[in-house]
Amino acid sequence: MSTTTTTERVERVVIETIEGFGPDAEVTRDATFEALDVDSLDLVELGQIVDDEFGVKLEASDVGELKTVGDAIDLVAARAS
Amino acid sequence: MKRVVITGLGAVTPLGVGARRLHARWSAGDCGIEDGVGRCSEFEPTDVLSAKEVRRSDRFTQLALAASAEALEDAGWADELPHDPASIGCVIGTGIGGLGSMESGHDVLRDRGAGRVSPLLVPMMMTNAAAGVVAMRHGLRGQSFSIGSACAAGSNAIGVATRMIQSGDATAVLAGGAEATLTPLATAAFGAMEATSKIGISRPFDARRDGFVMGEGAGVLVLEDADAAEARGAQVLGEVLGYAATSDAHHLTAPDPEGRGAAEAIRRALDDADLSPDDIDYVNAHGTSTQLNDRAETGALKSALGEHAYRVPVSSTKSAVGHLLGAAGAVEAIATVLALADRVAPPTLGYEEPDEDMGLDYVPGSAQALPERSGSKPPVALSNSFGFGGHNAVLCLGGVG
Repeated sequence: MSTTTTTERVERVVIETIEGFGPDAEVTRDATFEALDVDSLDLVELGQIVDDEFGVKLEASDVGELKTVGDAIDLVAARAS
Repeated sequence: MKRVVITGLGAVTPLGVGARRLHARWSAGDCGIEDGVGRCSEFEPTDVLSAKEVRRSDRFTQLALAASAEALEDAGWADELPHDPASIGCVIGTGIGGLGSMESGHDVLRDRGAGRVSPLLVPMMMTNAAAGVVAMRHGLRGQSFSIGSACAAGSNAIGVATRMIQSGDATAVLAGGAEATLTPLATAAFGAMEATSKIGISRPFDARRDGFVMGEGAGVLVLEDADAAEARGAQVLGEVLGYAATSDAHHLTAPDPEGRGAAEAIRRALDDADLSPDDIDYVNAHGTSTQLNDRAETGALKSALGEHAYRVPVSSTKSAVGHLLGAAGAVEAIATVLALADRVAPPTLGYEEPDEDMGLDYVPGSAQALPERSGSKPPVALSNSFGFGGHNAVLCLGGVG
């Protein structure tokens, strides 16, 4: 699987998962978790899903650094490729 | 002592969404039980909750949120809280809490392992979830907590909220109960106790009764310090005149056969209201449709009310919606307040065959008008609730003149 394909898949899974959390705003790469009202409990669920999909383990210390949807996509894609 | 008035009502029941809908349909003789279950089939969580709220809450909390929103709107609080938020409490009882969430969470644990159990499971299943989420949604910053006393929880919540206001700890309290346990585990467990009806019919006090029909729902009342309610020009729908709670100290699930604990609670609720048995115009019974409860409750009414027990109409909301467990007391208090406002005793649906020696007026067939009182004296009712564990809670509720 090429890196590009993996990144695209990660982007799709992360965005669809966050959309499933029911945010009021549109889920884009630039959207912040604060603006989307995504909290630490939601991010644990996101971590479970990316582990299922890509075998990537997100630790609490990783998650604490994430500010935007793009940050999460990039971190997961970097570890998945 | 401060007086406590009722200024808003909200309910989601198997008879539909809305407190007035419950009253109108029950009084008309409609039954919300289908296929032996009292399900809130009209309730659509996304009608009142955001997608995020739905995802992060158990159904019992969703039902409580819907009932609370209706009660607040009814009280005229929709735009703005009328009192210091730290003086507004939220007490919502439940028999079991988020059992459906726990069952799904256990499926995940068994099938996919500990690492996949949702971080939302605990905050969804905890019994105080409804109280916490309702307080959060409406910015209520006073005391909030749940009450756990099985099928008496809704009435205990209203009673405790009344005491909070009477003591000055709160100016107003959202009080009620919520339950959503139409789940495989609860259905099996209540069935194993032989508490539920095998034929799926709720007909309290009828000789043929064979157990309760499980239901789900929520009821929430806005209770306010009467002076504060008057100062803001609130509508007053009724008043909590008295409350008492006792324990049977008898058996894990069976009531005292003579209903002694229940009778004591009725007597004490009357004392608390400074009323006598003759003042009671209507009794909204616990009336579960089990052999043991309905006989013990009848005994308790005869013991506490004496000869007046034979004159006062006694009916059970559970004949129309089933047994809403921890929500029952709150939903039934709401049904009672609206019955008093309409001056009717709604019927015990399905009651046809009198049981030996029971012999009260269980309001068979259709709703009865409450007897006229001299002057403009508002009508008064009792609402009984009893729970597994031997918990008895009785409310004495007044209508408006």
